[in-house]
Parts: sequence; C-alpha cells; structure tokens
Amino acid sequence: MTLFSRALLLALLAAPSVTLAASQVAAAVPAKQQSVAIKMFAFTPQVLVVAPGTTVTWTNADEDPHTVTANDKSFHSAAMDEDEKYSFTFTKPGEYAYFCSLHPHMTGKVIVKG
Amino acid sequence: MDDHDILNPRVDRRGMLTRCAGWAGTAALYTVSGGIVSSMGLDAALAGTPRPGRTKPFTFLQISDTHIGFDKAANPDARGTAIKAVERIRALPVKPDLILHTGDITHLSKDEQFDDAKQILSDLGAPIFFVPGEHDFLDEGQGKAYLAHHGQGTLGSGWQSFDHDGVHFVGLNNVAALKPGGMAHLGDDQLAWLAKDLAPLSASTPIVVFGHIPLWTVYEAWGWGTDDSAQALALLARFGSVTVLNGHIHQIISKVEGNVTFHSARSTAYPQPAPGAAPSPGPLKVPTEQLPSMLGIRSALFRRGSDPIALIEQTLA
Repeated sequence: MTLFSRALLLALLAAPSVTLAASQVAAAVPAKQQSVAIKMFAFTPQVLVVAPGTTVTWTNADEDPHTVTANDKSFHSAAMDEDEKYSFTFTKPGEYAYFCSLHPHMTGKVIVKG
Repeated sequence: MDDHDILNPRVDRRGMLTRCAGWAGTAALYTVSGGIVSSMGLDAALAGTPRPGRTKPFTFLQISDTHIGFDKAANPDARGTAIKAVERIRALPVKPDLILHTGDITHLSKDEQFDDAKQILSDLGAPIFFVPGEHDFLDEGQGKAYLAHHGQGTLGSGWQSFDHDGVHFVGLNNVAALKPGGMAHLGDDQLAWLAKDLAPLSASTPIVVFGHIPLWTVYEAWGWGTDDSAQALALLARFGSVTVLNGHIHQIISKVEGNVTFHSARSTAYPQPAPGAAPSPGPLKVPTEQLPSMLGIRSALFRRGSDPIALIEQTLA
C-alpha cells in the first residue's frame, strides 16, 4: 500500500467523524449564509430553501435600483443601487414571498424548513 | 425619428424621413389621426386657419425620465443631457404654454437630486407640472420626498387636474403602493377621484392624461403597463379626444384605440431596449456618438376643432 492510498483509506474511515465535526461547527456558529442575485430584473434563485437561522443576502447587479419587499411587509430593504446589498435572517420556518416594490413583476420566495 | 411608431406598420418611414428633413433638421411634427401618421412643418400648422369662434392654437411640451443622479455606463452625465434638453426647450421657436414632466425626475429620490432637478428645470418660461415615476417614490417614506418637493396643489399621492385653454389635463400617479406580481397601479382612491373629476365635463372637452408608466400594456413581461388602467379608460371612453402621454420606457411607442391615442416619450437620460429585444429592461448602453439621437423632448400642438393633437419629436442630436 502506498503512502497516498493509506492516507485515502484513513480519510475514508474517518469520514463519518469529519461530517459530525462539520455539523457541530455549523451548529456552534449560527451564521448560516445564503445569497440571492438580483440581475436582469430577476431574483436568482427565484425560490431559495434554507434552514432556520439562515441569513440571506441579496446583491443588486443591475444599473437600475431594486428592493426586496416581503408581500406581507414583514421585512423590506431600502432601494438598492448597483452593487448594494441587503440581508435578512430567517428564524421561523415558513414561506416568505417577496417582490421588488419598484418593479412588482419581479417576485421571489424564501422557504425556511426546520 | 427612426423608431417612431413601432406599433404602427402603416407608417411610411421613408416618406416620413423625407418630409421631416424639410423642417428643422432634428425635429418633425406628426399628426396622428385614426392611426395614420403624417407630418408637416410647425409654422404651417400654426398658420392654419382657426375655425370660427375657436381660440388660437397653443403648444405644450413633454419632458420625461431626466433621472437626475444617474451616472452609470449608459450615460455617465445624465445631468448634462438634462441641461441640453432644457437648452432645447429655451430655444424653441414657439414657446410652450406649459410643460409636463412625466416622471423619474430623479434616479434615487434623494433630496439633493430633487433640488438639482428643480434648479435645472427652472426659468423655462412656462409652468411645469409633474407626476412621479417609481424612481421618485423609492425613498423610505415611499413618496414623502417627492410630495415634499412637488406635492403642492396635488391630491392623494400626487395626482392633479387643471384646465388650459379649453383642454382638460389630468396627471396620474401609477407608481405608488405597487402590488406583488403586478404592473403599475392607480388604485381605487385615485380612480374614484378621476370619476368625480371628469363627471362635469362635456364629451367634447379635449382630454390630455399624463402619467409615468404606460396606461396601456406595452409589454407585460417587463411590467410595462398598468393593472387597473381599463377602469380609467372606461371613464375616458365618452370623450371625443383623449391623448395619453407617458414616460418610463425611454422610447417612442404609440397606439391608437378608438378616440384614445397613447404616446410614450424618450428620456433625456438613457435609452432602454425595445420590448422583448433584450433579456430585461434597464439602461441600454449604445455607442457614445449614438446616445444624443436616442434622447429627446416632445412638443405637442393643440388646435381647436376635430384635429388630433400633433406631436413634435426632437432628439438631442
């Protein structure tokens, strides 16, 4: 057995504990991050599924300003000019539909699943 | 001139260009009647014999989408092109009686942008009436800044009407409280006001409606229309002559529907793609030398009688 394959075998054997360690790290640091691009008058991805406690950051790549406005107004950004960002942390499970209040044909959704 | 009446295939572009060439180089006057567009010189139009008992013709001007504060690639100097447009207005051979600004005065609703726009648009020799665009309504107060600067003499979120020389002008706001998944929106309060405002007028009163986003659906996928415009148009249906002027789409598109003619105007800041001609709307970058020919202002000539309002499109080239 070469040194390399021995190392690989060790890594494979150790994999479950590595995964466990990773999830422990994630739990210890609650700042889970996801991002949505605002580009060409669309939210991408249009539907984003996240775990509770995730902070979603929207970044506007258009030259036109846009907003992120919850349909039920529970969260909303200011108008974001090009390259500006807005973040919101979703703590409770549920479906959060939102739109751009300047260009209301632009719609998106964040689904928070526990 | 090359993009006039995209929706009207009956326009003879070659003939129009030839006729336009005879008048003032960059400007032409169009009369639109039943969907047929023809052009003539402004002097000839003004010299036309007024019908007995009618008042003299007058002109008014439309300026739109100045986007003061915009400085991106599509036009790094939107302030400069707005000033150029104002210089064109001051140089008009026939002074307009009044000026309509059809919204997106500013790019980001900032106080300093409203102030700057006010200064640029001053001393025009005619009163100026505003309606807001969505760019004028994006402050945290959702229109508070606009109303602080331009709300005087208006109702609700900034709508208004006035009469000039027998013509009834109606300024509408279709950019307030927009709904998810929809297009522009007038709202029940404004529609109720419009019904009351129009009620006492005789059907022969010429009506000019001005607003920011088109009141007919130009392109739904880009939100270029107004959800509840059918209710407004129903109120306008009994009038013999209705002219609807808007901005927002930064290009000239016209449509005739019965007694109503719709005209969207050029911006003084930057062009946008033709409906569906790009993956999305938004500022369109064109070669620098081409930009002035895609920006412009519009004069409108009103003559008493059955003649429709004639439009004079002037680019900044």
